[in-house]
Amino acid sequence: MIEIDDLRFSIAGRRIFDGLNLRIASGTVTAIMGPSGTGKTTLLRMITGQLRPGSGSVRVDGREVPALDRAGLYDLRRHIGMLFQNSALLTDDTVFDNVAFPLREHTRLPERLIRTVVLTKLHAVGLRGAARLMPSELSGGMARRVALARAMALDPDLLLYDEPFAGLDPISLGMILRLIKVNNDVLGVTSVVVSHDVEQISRIADYCYVVSGGRVIGEGTPEQLRHSDSALIQQFMSGAADGPVPFHYPASPYRDELLGGRS
Amino acid sequence: MESTPARELGAGMFILLGFASLFFLATQTTNVESYVNDKGYTVTARFEDVAGLKERAPVTMAGVTIGRVERISFDPKALNAVVSMRISPEFDEIPDDSDAAILTAGLLGSKYVGIGPGGSETYLKNNSQIQLTQSAIVLENIIGKLLFKLGMENDSSKPAE
Amino acid sequence: MGRLAQIGRRLAQAIRKLGSVVLFLLTMLQAMPYALRRPRLVTVQIHNAGVLSLVIIMTSGFFVGMVVGLQGYDAFSRLRQEDLLGAAAALSLIKELGPVVTALLFAGRAGTALTAEIGLMKATDQLSAMEVMAIDPMGRIVAPRFLGGLIAVPFLTAIFNSVGILGAYFVGVQLMGVDNGAFWSQMQEYVDSGDIREGIIKSLAFGGAASLVAVFEGYTADRTAEGVGLATTRTVVVTSVLVLILDYMITSFLL
Repeated sequence: MIEIDDLRFSIAGRRIFDGLNLRIASGTVTAIMGPSGTGKTTLLRMITGQLRPGSGSVRVDGREVPALDRAGLYDLRRHIGMLFQNSALLTDDTVFDNVAFPLREHTRLPERLIRTVVLTKLHAVGLRGAARLMPSELSGGMARRVALARAMALDPDLLLYDEPFAGLDPISLGMILRLIKVNNDVLGVTSVVVSHDVEQISRIADYCYVVSGGRVIGEGTPEQLRHSDSALIQQFMSGAADGPVPFHYPASPYRDELLGGRS
Repeated sequence: MESTPARELGAGMFILLGFASLFFLATQTTNVESYVNDKGYTVTARFEDVAGLKERAPVTMAGVTIGRVERISFDPKALNAVVSMRISPEFDEIPDDSDAAILTAGLLGSKYVGIGPGGSETYLKNNSQIQLTQSAIVLENIIGKLLFKLGMENDSSKPAE
Repeated sequence: MGRLAQIGRRLAQAIRKLGSVVLFLLTMLQAMPYALRRPRLVTVQIHNAGVLSLVIIMTSGFFVGMVVGLQGYDAFSRLRQEDLLGAAAALSLIKELGPVVTALLFAGRAGTALTAEIGLMKATDQLSAMEVMAIDPMGRIVAPRFLGGLIAVPFLTAIFNSVGILGAYFVGVQLMGVDNGAFWSQMQEYVDSGDIREGIIKSLAFGGAASLVAVFEGYTADRTAEGVGLATTRTVVVTSVLVLILDYMITSFLL
């Protein structure tokens, strides 16, 4: 479904990707993990064509994304749903209108049919009762479920989840996990989940990539990764505070700085 | 947040209010009738001096505005000013021997064209020219002449003494 | 030398900004058909830009008109020409004060709201989410807001002028005792439709400029609370200066 080859990209002189390669198979749940700031969100924006790589190839469904023109991109995006970390619901519209939004924009369905579809999607995320609420009246977990219903509205082939677990209470988290799994199992949607929550993502992912320093440093099923002999992956999977990724940001020796003033 | 229909209603009322204001401005602040655009007919008059006369200045007859000055140009051959005036169509019986003068509203006010009626049986029509004209009175000239004349009188009265 | 280089950098920055505004405008014009096919979106924005500015516009208009009436009466009574008050008030309102003050008030009331709204939508990924949903935020969000402002400002200006003239009437005729007939007849004598046209041309230009600045600043705001705040401030400052510059330029072309 997604093939990324030798991806290179930098913003303002900072290198984000330095020869990244990965493959995402159709119908799987693939996790992309890595420490904060490794450009996981950037990677998603390249898959949707919102950012163009410096060099390298991003193919989605056989189409070379950076080479697509506007019409091509928009056509591609109709088959992609994306769940944003902060939900990104339209704050002026009700929950119902938010879910109906892509349907009204992209289809000529009569309002009666749109209502049916929206209620079905909201029911699937368990929020049919909240249809008349405004986004400001929702909790973080509910907002994310509404956003998921919206991302699913057009029955996409590919769903991208950007940090779907961040900032959720355990119950909401469990709901989101279940929804990702159900979407994948029942609807056959290819799912890409960007997260640094190793423990949660391991429960549903078929395959994982660990990204650090602009490239893939490890890949495999969650089980394989857990038994990896790479120290870096071990540190990441077990969440150790210190290791190959040091606890301290690079600095001059502590003693010198404290005693030596600013000389 | 208000619903979309409520906001549409508000927007509609707003547009209506805006149009009402435009209508008010168009009808209450301007004299639509005296400002004739393409209606009416044009007559010209030649003046030796139009000092201070502006385009769109009123053209009056017996103190009533009957038209506006449309264009003021200079004739390089005859060395005088050609003033074309657009007269409202309802004033179509102005004798063709009428005279035109450039007058001043008040002592220092703005200049306008005054038409004095003649006695002819034929009337001014489109593109006719008013033959009899009286130029603008330039205050400096009058004062100059007055002073000159006063000086002359003083001079001529002296030897008589 | 360092100073010169700094001036050069500033200049290059300003030119780049100007270029980005032009590119932004072109992109928005490209997205215009989308907005025009959905007049409902524009209607809602006319409501936001127009109806919500109505109270401030009418209040300010009335008081500006009263001040013009008072000052005009004071000046004309020295010349014994009180009858000209109506004409002077109407001309100054229609040709200058109306378009300029309305545009400045619009920038403060509606322009800042537009910038903050678009800036926040950007900061909370709403614009990004639309892009992913294959909906162009330029057409869906930016263009209707621009059109709403562009349409609302001339109407707001007309309302400002009318209320202002009533304010001048109130002070001049009701309080100061200028003759009622003279007030209106002198106004009709001296104001012609060319003056009104000048006012409309100005208000269209100011409305376009104010709306463009507002949506541009919002769309290019940094994705932070501070960025949105700064963009809002810039909207007011840039619009104010731009309106005054445009005012001089248009006046000199039309006179």
